[in-house]
Amino acid sequence: MHNHENLIVSHAPFCHIGSTISIRNYHTMLAALPAVLFGFFHYGMPAVAVVTLSISSAIIWELLFNKVAKRTTSIGDGNAALIGFLFATLLPASAPWWLVITGTFVAVVIGIHIYGGIGSNPFNPVLLSLAILMLSWKNFFDFNEVLVNYDFGFAMVYPLAAAKHLGTAGVEAFSTAGLLLGKQSGGIGATFGLGLIFGGIYLIARGFIRWEISVSFLAGVFITALLFNISNSELYAGPFFHLFTGYTLIGAFFLAPENSSSPVNFIPMLIYGAAAGIMTVLIRNIGFYVDGVVFALLLMNLVNPICDNIRPKALGKVV
Amino acid sequence: MIKQSFIGLAKPRIEYEVLDAEQPEPRLIPASKKVTLLLEKSHIRNDSILFNIGDKVKTGQKLSYSTDPDTYVIASVTGTISSISTFEGDYGKSYTAISIDVDENEEFDHQFAELAANPTLDTARNFLCGMPGSPSFKAFSETDAPIHTIIICGVDRDLLITTNQYAVKTHIKAIKSGIEILKQITGVDNILMAVPRHLMQEAIAGGTQVRVVASEYPATLPHLMMQSLLDQVVPAGKSCEELGVCFLSAEAVAAFGKAFEESRIPVTKILTFVNKNRDKSMISVRIGTPISEILKAYDVTLHAKERLILGGPLTGSAVYSEDYPVQADTDAIIVQDSESVALVSDYPCINCGDCIRICPANIPINMLVRLLEAGHYEEAADQYDLYSCIECGLCSFVCVSKMPVFHYIKLAKYELGRMHAAEAMDA
Repeated sequence: MHNHENLIVSHAPFCHIGSTISIRNYHTMLAALPAVLFGFFHYGMPAVAVVTLSISSAIIWELLFNKVAKRTTSIGDGNAALIGFLFATLLPASAPWWLVITGTFVAVVIGIHIYGGIGSNPFNPVLLSLAILMLSWKNFFDFNEVLVNYDFGFAMVYPLAAAKHLGTAGVEAFSTAGLLLGKQSGGIGATFGLGLIFGGIYLIARGFIRWEISVSFLAGVFITALLFNISNSELYAGPFFHLFTGYTLIGAFFLAPENSSSPVNFIPMLIYGAAAGIMTVLIRNIGFYVDGVVFALLLMNLVNPICDNIRPKALGKVV
Repeated sequence: MIKQSFIGLAKPRIEYEVLDAEQPEPRLIPASKKVTLLLEKSHIRNDSILFNIGDKVKTGQKLSYSTDPDTYVIASVTGTISSISTFEGDYGKSYTAISIDVDENEEFDHQFAELAANPTLDTARNFLCGMPGSPSFKAFSETDAPIHTIIICGVDRDLLITTNQYAVKTHIKAIKSGIEILKQITGVDNILMAVPRHLMQEAIAGGTQVRVVASEYPATLPHLMMQSLLDQVVPAGKSCEELGVCFLSAEAVAAFGKAFEESRIPVTKILTFVNKNRDKSMISVRIGTPISEILKAYDVTLHAKERLILGGPLTGSAVYSEDYPVQADTDAIIVQDSESVALVSDYPCINCGDCIRICPANIPINMLVRLLEAGHYEEAADQYDLYSCIECGLCSFVCVSKMPVFHYIKLAKYELGRMHAAEAMDA
C-alpha cells in the first residue's frame, strides 16, 4: 500500500461546531461596547484615551511575555484585548497613564501568564489587577475625588459612597430609571445599566457566558440587599439601588462568568454566583469598602476549585 | 458539516441522517482486479499459515490463519493469492493482509453450503464472522456471562450513515429469517429491534419486539441504548456483553438470514458514500475492494490535504491511502475536501464548560483533559471517570479551543490497557 497523495490523517471527530476563542472574546467586547460608548459620550477624550491605552498596553504586555517566555504568540486570540478592555471599563476616566499600564501589566502578566496562559489563571485577571491597584493607590479609585471636575447635570456623588456614609437619605437623589440610564458617576463602562443588561442578554443568548452565574449573582445581590433594607430601611438602601450601582451589572455579565476562574457544573455555578452576590452586599453594607464586587468575586475565585467538585455522577460510575 | 446556530444558549441538537423514503437501488461498484482481505492476526514470518501465495481460492472460502477456529477471513472473490503481508492498523492493531488477484470466472465454495441445512452456533462462529456488518458470535459461547438479550440495531451509530436503516427498509424478510435462526441456535428469546421512528412500520414485519430510538446523536451508541431500551446502566469499564446483552447490526442479521437461505456466505457490503460536495449515495461493493475503485466509479480524485474517512464523521477513522480495502464493518466512506477539514490546535482548555454540558456520560472533561494532557492516565481514571466515556466524540466536536479531547481519551485508555497487560504478564 503506497501513497498517491498526502492525505490528512487525524483522529475522530472530523467536523467541528465552528466556535473559536477569538469569536468568543471579540463578541464579549462587542457586548460591552454600548456601555463604553456611553462612557465616551460622557467623559469625552480622557475616557477614549484610557480605554485605548488599556487595550493596547495589555496586548503589548502579552506579546512581550510571549517573547520573553519563548512561547507562541497568543495575542491573536483576543484575550489580552478583552482583559484590557474590561479593565478600562472599571477605571475612572481620569486615571493617569501609568496607572493603566501598571494595571494591564498586573492583569496580563501576573494575572494570567505566570500561571501558564489562558485557561490556567485561578483569579479573574481584571479583578486581581483592580484589587491590587485599589489597595496600592486608593485615592485614584475614590470616584468622588477623581471625577470632581465633571458636571453632567446630575448628582456626581458616587452612589455607593453616598449610601455607605449617609444611608438611605443620601441616595434619594438617585432614581432607578436614572441609574439604568447611566445618570451616576463611576467607571467608564460601568454606569450605563441598560447597555450592560443588553450586552449581558446578548452574551447569554449566544452561549458565550453561563447564565446560571449571572442570574444567581444578581439574585444573591437582590435578595441580600432586600433583607438588609427590610431590617433597617433608613440605614440600608433598597435592592434595586444595589443592582444598578457600582460594578454589580458589569460584574454579573462580564467579570463573574470569566471562564477559567468560575465553575462549570450547574450547582457549583449557582453557589458561586449567589455567594458572590451575598458577599458583595455584605461588604457594601457592613464591610469597610465602598463596593464589594471586586473582593467578593476574588474570594469566590478561591473557592471555585472546591466548589466545582460538586458534580453529577458519571455514567456507570461504581463507588 | 454541522455548525453552531446563532443562538448558543441551548446545547446543539445533532440529528441522525434519515433514510429517504424513495431509496434507489444501491449503485453496484464493479469488481476490481485485486482485493485485499484483512485477517485480524499479526502475521509472523515464520508462522506456518494454512494458505500460501499462489493458492487458488473460491468465493466464500474460509481462509484460516491457523487451527484456531476464530482467526479467519472469508474470501470475497475467486482468484489467486498474490501476496501475504503485515498491515498495521490504529492503536497497535496488527493484521495479516491477503491480496487476491481476481479471476474472471466466479466459483463458489461449498464448505458452508454443506452445513447450512442445519444451522448451529458453531457453524455461525466458524463461517459467518466476516459477513457484512461484522457480527461476533463469540459472546454466545461465553459461559460466565451468558447472553440473555440481543439488540438488533436498525439505527446507525454515527451521523450521515444510512446503512442499517437501508437494511431494515429493504431486507426485512432476510432479517426476519435471521432472527428465527438466531433464536434457534442461541436459545435467546429476548430479541429487540431498535429503529428510528420513521422505520417503525417496516420493522414490525421483522416479527420481533420493536423499540424506537431517539433521533438525536448519540442516542444509538450501545451504552445509551442499554439505558434507554433496557433501563440498565453499564458500569464503567464493563462491556454490554458482560451484562448479557449482545448488539448485532441489522445488516449483519439480514446477511445472516440470507446466508442460511441461500447456503452461501454473503460477501457484498452495502455502505454509504459521501462525496466531497456532501452528496450521499448508497453503494454495494465486494468486501476487500480498494477504496480507489469506489472513487474511480464516482470520478473523485484525491488531492493533498484532503481526508478519506472510514465510518462516520464523529467516530470514524481517517486512512492514509486510497488502497485501503472496504472491510466488513465499513459502514460509510466519507471524502472531505481540504476546506472542510477541521483541524485541532494545541491551545489549552479555557474551562468554558461546553463539553460538560454536551457529554452524555457526565464526565468532568475540563479536569480530565488537564490530566490527560500531562499524561497522568491512572489519576484520570481514578478521579475523573475516564472509563465512563462511551466514545461519542462530542467533546472534541464542541471544544472551543479545538483540543483533540476524544483522541486524548482513546490514547489514555489504550496506554492504560497496555500498562495493565504488561503488569499481568509480570505477575
